[in-house]
Amino acid sequence: MTPTISVSGLTRRYHSQLALDDVTLHINGPSITGLLGRNGAGKTTLMRIIAAQEFASGGSVRVLGSSPVENGAVLRRMVLVREDQTLPRLRVGHLLRAASWFYPNWSSGLAKGLVADFNVPLNRNTRGLSRGMRTALGIVIGLAARAEVTLFDEPYAGLDAVARQLFYDRMLRDFADHPRTILISTHLIDEAADLLERVLVIDRGRLVLDEAADDLRGAATTVSGTVDAVEKFAAGRAAWARRTIGSQASMVVSGVLDDDDRALARLLHVSLTPLSLQQLVAHVPGWSNSDPKENQSA
Amino acid sequence: MLDEGAPIFSQIAERLSDEIAEGVLADGDRVPSTNELAAYYRINPATAAKGINVLIDGGLLEKRRGIGMFVAGGARERLLETRRQSFTERYVVPLVAEACRLGIDPESLVALVRDSSPAGGGVRV
Repeated sequence: MTPTISVSGLTRRYHSQLALDDVTLHINGPSITGLLGRNGAGKTTLMRIIAAQEFASGGSVRVLGSSPVENGAVLRRMVLVREDQTLPRLRVGHLLRAASWFYPNWSSGLAKGLVADFNVPLNRNTRGLSRGMRTALGIVIGLAARAEVTLFDEPYAGLDAVARQLFYDRMLRDFADHPRTILISTHLIDEAADLLERVLVIDRGRLVLDEAADDLRGAATTVSGTVDAVEKFAAGRAAWARRTIGSQASMVVSGVLDDDDRALARLLHVSLTPLSLQQLVAHVPGWSNSDPKENQSA
Repeated sequence: MLDEGAPIFSQIAERLSDEIAEGVLADGDRVPSTNELAAYYRINPATAAKGINVLIDGGLLEKRRGIGMFVAGGARERLLETRRQSFTERYVVPLVAEACRLGIDPESLVALVRDSSPAGGGVRV
């Protein structure tokens, strides 16, 4: 099967700075994939290159089997919604009509529903919209396009928590009925964590993690207790982020814990707290520096 | 609604199992679809499907083509049997360990269990 999105050895250089460094990833078929990482890690650059809105310095990108660059047939099957969307100066209603002509799978019914959900004013010019309204309009277009490749780049500017939840719910509902390849970048990781099937983490231009979201749950755990007990528990496991205060210590160990590990924890009186996806991403540098094989021998 | 440690699909499977064990979902009852579960728990539909599949593989649910997912005949009894088998390990061993730590002797522990049990409650195994 041809991957929906296929990125190989992708590099993007801005003068002396490497924004993307040899990124390779493949996304096959319908799924919701999260693209996570700190600000400036390269998430936007990657999405823009996939959407052919920016050129690569090296490597290749194929979308739906072809290069997307100046490829109208592919571009109509792909939509990119950006943070701080710049919109043509048109009345909102007219802009939505223009979008409906461009995207072959456009759903007017869905667009209408979303416009009502987000209270987007159809008769106003896009120029006069608040930041939140511009974002909401971007979301309306991104979802109603029902594009086979749907890219959301932090579509949050000016949206409060209630509006963001509305976005997640509507995205999930429409995805369930009309599966497609959704790639969403976010730094609000805990909010979006449960929506994701797969997680990609970019750090300083490099892809440092590519895992099924389910495999990341419980993949690292904070162990805390007395220094001796914590050291005993961590022996033979990949561990990092050691911290101590007086006789108490905590550290993060990688690897899914089994019943024997839990029994050992009870015996040693150490407490185990699984890392959330958000915490996990923050720990990725420690994670990728620690040797996971070390853990398997334990 | 869901906790961080366990994979979501196994939590979904666990919750549906609990409902079957408690009799909330009886034999032959329709269970929520993948998409309904995804919308309710706000999770990826593929994850919800994975949870459902755990129960299908375990023979607790059965798929009826074109209609939906239903609780298989005898599911509750089989589920309770499995849970009884792991009861000692999951509940009795930690209970006894904590009792030892607190200096509660076995006789007192038995008395405590008896006093805490609802009169006539439970089943003989």
